Amino acid sequence: MGLELPKYPEMEEDQVFNFTDSEIVSHVKQALASVLSGDNNSYNQLVGVMHHSKHLAPDEVALLETTLKALAGAVSSIDITHHDSLLSAIFCMSMWNYGPHVADALAELIVSLAISNGKYLDLCLGMLVSNFTPPPYFLDKLKMPHGLERKGKVLSRVHAAFKKIADYVPLAPLRLLTIVLQGMPTIYHKDRAIVIYVENMLKLESGEIGELVGSTILMAVVDRLIELDVEIGWDAILQDDFSKGIFEMELEDVDDIEESAEPDVGEFRLSRKSLAGNSIAELLDNLLVLTFEHLESCEREGRLAKVFETLLQSFRVTVLSAYKSKFAQFVMFYACALDPENCGMRFATMLADLFVQDSQPQPTRMSAVSYLASYLSRAKFLAASSISSMLKGLVDWCLEYCEAHDADINPNAHRVFYSGCQAIMYVLCFRMKVFVDVPRLKSELLIPLEQVLKHKLNPLKVCLPSVVEEFLRQAKAASLFTVCKTFIFDGLLESELSRAFGGLERLDTFFPFDPCLLKKCDSFIRPMFVFWSMVKPAYDDAFDDDDDDDGSSDDDLVQDFVNENEDIMNDEFGKSFDEQGVDMDEFDYALKKMSITPKATSNYKFGGRFQEPARMPSRIRPSTSPESL
Amino acid sequence: MEGLSVADANLLMYLHPSKSRNVSQSILRELGSLPFKFNETFDGVLLAYDVNILDKQAKILSGVHPYFGLRLKANLLLFSPKPDMLLEGKVVKLSQESIHVIVLGFSSAIITAENIHGEFKYRTKDKEELFASKSHKRHVIKVGTMI
Repeated sequence: MGLELPKYPEMEEDQVFNFTDSEIVSHVKQALASVLSGDNNSYNQLVGVMHHSKHLAPDEVALLETTLKALAGAVSSIDITHHDSLLSAIFCMSMWNYGPHVADALAELIVSLAISNGKYLDLCLGMLVSNFTPPPYFLDKLKMPHGLERKGKVLSRVHAAFKKIADYVPLAPLRLLTIVLQGMPTIYHKDRAIVIYVENMLKLESGEIGELVGSTILMAVVDRLIELDVEIGWDAILQDDFSKGIFEMELEDVDDIEESAEPDVGEFRLSRKSLAGNSIAELLDNLLVLTFEHLESCEREGRLAKVFETLLQSFRVTVLSAYKSKFAQFVMFYACALDPENCGMRFATMLADLFVQDSQPQPTRMSAVSYLASYLSRAKFLAASSISSMLKGLVDWCLEYCEAHDADINPNAHRVFYSGCQAIMYVLCFRMKVFVDVPRLKSELLIPLEQVLKHKLNPLKVCLPSVVEEFLRQAKAASLFTVCKTFIFDGLLESELSRAFGGLERLDTFFPFDPCLLKKCDSFIRPMFVFWSMVKPAYDDAFDDDDDDDGSSDDDLVQDFVNENEDIMNDEFGKSFDEQGVDMDEFDYALKKMSITPKATSNYKFGGRFQEPARMPSRIRPSTSPESL
Repeated sequence: MEGLSVADANLLMYLHPSKSRNVSQSILRELGSLPFKFNETFDGVLLAYDVNILDKQAKILSGVHPYFGLRLKANLLLFSPKPDMLLEGKVVKLSQESIHVIVLGFSSAIITAENIHGEFKYRTKDKEELFASKSHKRHVIKVGTMI
């Protein structure tokens, strides 16, 4: 049998009805009131209309709309106990199933209900929050144009409803916050609802009630990112064979790797391939991209500085304390890139401050300096002066430490010190050019550094051999200073001593801003990222005499540094890389001009752009797990 | 307006040992979570507070987590409306069925149709909804009125 429609007074098929709104409202009120006296007929018909949601004929749609509007006018007659079936029917409705008119009417009803009585507030907010995500059948349609259109319409109504409710019930945002946080889909939800849910959360943050709920929401989003991050094991990323050399191509070449030969047994494969099928990685990728886009819009609206404070706090509390976060930290990287002078420096200063505070636990300090080192090396947007001032701070601290501790080499006792030294060397491997040609920097920085490195504590022996080796090679080529003892590392990645200072957490091999392995993320990060192949080590100058003249932006850089004016130096450093980075072909060309002798030990033949192997591990792999020690 | 009162309170606050590094910040944070919620102890909603630490010494409780108890003296502004009290609020929404009011900027109240005085009739004038008094022509309630 078909649905029995409620019999509105004088409803005849041939007549055109013209009831006033108040007549319909009073009819509905009557139906509601009649439940109390035991007569459920008209009430049940009302409930029936609510339930009938799929494949509606136009007149059924009109009926639904009218009923919803009438209910909105009759909210004061709705009783939470007697009319519970009607209420549950209303709260189960999804705006995604209906066209604009019904959706409007439904939103209006929910708002009226929410403000009519405190009892309904949570339920109404809950219903709106459940409309963040479409019903399961609709999820696939989201990518299609009509799906996107529907999404835009639904979400705009949902968020407008929040605003209206907040206008009449000032404390509603507080309740909403709790409900939104409780309703967050877990990362194990098969339907991937979390992506659209987070999109809604970020929309709340930038919306009209954003001031009230924004910071808590952002922190919850970062929490979720870290949750996903830790689900991706390090073993999903790396399959190591330590007996092989540490030559490893940077991620920019990964596309070529995918086309190359099948993996040989024992040869390690770069992580992006093994991450390819990983659905958690894909999810994280999508969420990170959402966050990046959100940050971009914050920047456009001029709110980035404020949002950044929340992000910074979130980073300290969540990301920094997570064990070796893999990708979530790129949120900070991107935010800094959008505003290098303020946010960029703020981040670096925060990390440096954490490092020097004695009251912080050791792993926190070592983590902080690892983040700082990786950040200073990889951030294309940082001015040379900023990097040098940060480095100077580190060097000064290390020097002070040396002077205060007249002790011999001891990796366990001076972990923080060694991690500081390693950080300095790591940054200099990437940024040596900045310092080499400016005499003032040379004396301010490199002379104290020499003292530190030649101290009894012997950081050159304890720090990660691959870093030390590369640093010394560059230092020698740049004639910075000479080290009397020779350090023979045989291309070792790590040593007993480095493991010792790294401790169980292996913080000696933690380079958090190594190239991002998530594809979509990487496309955002790439223009502002320093790849190892972009760095022209000092020792390559020797081979380069014939080739270097016009065009190579690195040479431009050197020229600029020779200029007295530091402001120009800052600008040019920042700009030239940017200009260069935008056009990959030009960049390509510039790189090919640098004739870097290929090493015979390279086992790979890649059809890719960059033929030269990295001499220093561009991405230093940590050991797979502490248990392996 | 009735329902508002200022009270002196002697409070005893228990803090987790991890908060011992910055006690005053922890106290403020704990107290900061109280306002705008109904509180059984105060029998009302806390609106504002002013707090002083009475004693620099605090007693450590024995137990698995050694919480420590701080004695505080606070000045509290409370809102505890009871039936039949006169309250003042601003009208934010009008409809035939109800008048929505916001009291003290944070509390929302509704006057339903049956509770609206018979003297007032619902009218729509120039697309503006209002309740007009039958006896006094100028006496009108609309959005923004304080009632």
